[in-house]
Amino acid sequence: MTGGHVGRRLAKDAIFKGVVCLFAFLSLLPLFLILYYITMKGISVINWDFLFSLPRPIGEAGGGVVNAIVGTLMLIVLSSVISVPCGIAAGIYLSENKAGKLSNTIRLSVIVLQGTPSIVIGIIAYLWIVAPLRTFSALSGGVALSIMMLPVIIKTTEETLKLIPYHLKEASLALGVPYYRTILKVILPSGISGILTGILLSVARITGETAPLLFTAFGNQFMNVNIFKPIDSLPYRIFYYAMSPYPEWHSFAWGASFILVVLTLALNLIARGISVKWKIQF
Amino acid sequence: MYTGKQRAPSGTDRSEKRFNTILAGSGLLIVLLLLAIFATLLLTALPAVKEFGVFFFTGREWDATTETFGALPFLAGTLLTSFLALVISIPFSIAISIFLGEYFKAGAVSTFLRSAVEVLAGIPSVIYGLWGLFFLMPAVRFLEVKLGVAPHGVGILTSSLILAIMIIPFSASIGREVITLVPGDLKEAAYSLGATRFEVIGNIVIPYARSGIIAGILLALGRAIGETMAVTMLIGNSNFLPTSIFSPANTMASIIANEFAEATGVTAASLIYVALVLFLVTMVVNIIGTYVIQKISVEASREVS
Repeated sequence: MTGGHVGRRLAKDAIFKGVVCLFAFLSLLPLFLILYYITMKGISVINWDFLFSLPRPIGEAGGGVVNAIVGTLMLIVLSSVISVPCGIAAGIYLSENKAGKLSNTIRLSVIVLQGTPSIVIGIIAYLWIVAPLRTFSALSGGVALSIMMLPVIIKTTEETLKLIPYHLKEASLALGVPYYRTILKVILPSGISGILTGILLSVARITGETAPLLFTAFGNQFMNVNIFKPIDSLPYRIFYYAMSPYPEWHSFAWGASFILVVLTLALNLIARGISVKWKIQF
Repeated sequence: MYTGKQRAPSGTDRSEKRFNTILAGSGLLIVLLLLAIFATLLLTALPAVKEFGVFFFTGREWDATTETFGALPFLAGTLLTSFLALVISIPFSIAISIFLGEYFKAGAVSTFLRSAVEVLAGIPSVIYGLWGLFFLMPAVRFLEVKLGVAPHGVGILTSSLILAIMIIPFSASIGREVITLVPGDLKEAAYSLGATRFEVIGNIVIPYARSGIIAGILLALGRAIGETMAVTMLIGNSNFLPTSIFSPANTMASIIANEFAEATGVTAASLIYVALVLFLVTMVVNIIGTYVIQKISVEASREVS
């Protein structure tokens, strides 16, 4: 009788483990399906013409997404220029002032900013920049994306600098190095890999964002490098093509998706590579 | 800490001061940014807030030509899609948490699953939408034909499915973290009494990690509520109150994405009113979720030391 009881318990244990493994791997099914679709439908579209020419009107064969690639790269640069200095400075402030009213308020703001829906940030950039300038612009898209980058950069900078041992700072201060030079020349360089990882991760996060660009950067079927004019981007182009009724544009959407996924995955991989290779070791 | 108070002012001290001002200023900027976002939303939504008040969320009609705006259909759309997505995602995310936090803490299988989940989290929303249009939509349409309901393909169910896939990585990674925080001596004590792994997980790990798992689910909910692109592409863009989980609808985020670019006057103010509510709801959800998790990790580190 006791044997049966133990057997039942062991059977339950085995069944539970099986169910957990089943569900865990079932949740990967969509991932593989998505990657399969993107590769199968995307790769066949990609050729030199697709990468280096402008979109053509429907009916004309060929055409590409070069303006979207350039636009996405410009948006990345723009938003990084705006958010990186401010984000790193705020991160340093948080790691140097661990307690305190301002620090806690900043941390709370970072949490709220990180959770703010991207579409709301799009509206904000519209109200702040598009409405006064009366035109959609790359600049407004960059501002929207930089607001999304800030929380990630601040958090990773703070976490990284927290890990740097205090005696490093003490040693520098004991040599008579002023506090600000200690931060800039000792603390920051020791944490640079972590900060770089944070920046790359935040770039990876915004590269695929579409919602904040709908009413800011807007989209543009021509090449544009003027930051005060509407600009195209890969995610916007995918959205535009996907919602169109033309099968040819649908396959273009898959091609653009392939480029976008490769781009974001590469950013993630590089970020992880940096954090593994130049890990802070003391 | 060195403060620079002891010495007479010099060039170094001035740079020192400037440096500290820049740091504190950048921090303050973040706080001001958030306040400015809130103030902007509130001020620009004011015409709609004044006109419709709280009845905005009980009104069933959204019509720009007659300028009557009621957001009940979108509120219902958001609540239905988010909760349905949560219900679908919970078994999977908890399974991943237990798998990574308890069964396979390290090793090749664990690394594989964890990287795969990270990739899943990194795929852009618009690509989920694209895939949904070409894979989920036909699948749901097939199901609808079998069930004999109107075969839209797009609608609440399709959006909930894509949302569920998108939020699994979030609740799973938080769940894994809180499960690994469960003190080893508690589990060892149970094992030494002869408990099986299933009993340890059911009686020790899950109860101990419960609040953290719930916080993770809450954060995933916050994400589901604010998710825009994939839902916009799959929900069917209908401004009527959904009648079943197969009907096309609109969520609060998708109505903004669909209509804001062409909106003016009261229409724009009403859409910003929706955005304001979206902002406040996700803010509350995120603050609660984050504080619960912080409290747990503080308690865990106290127990270890």
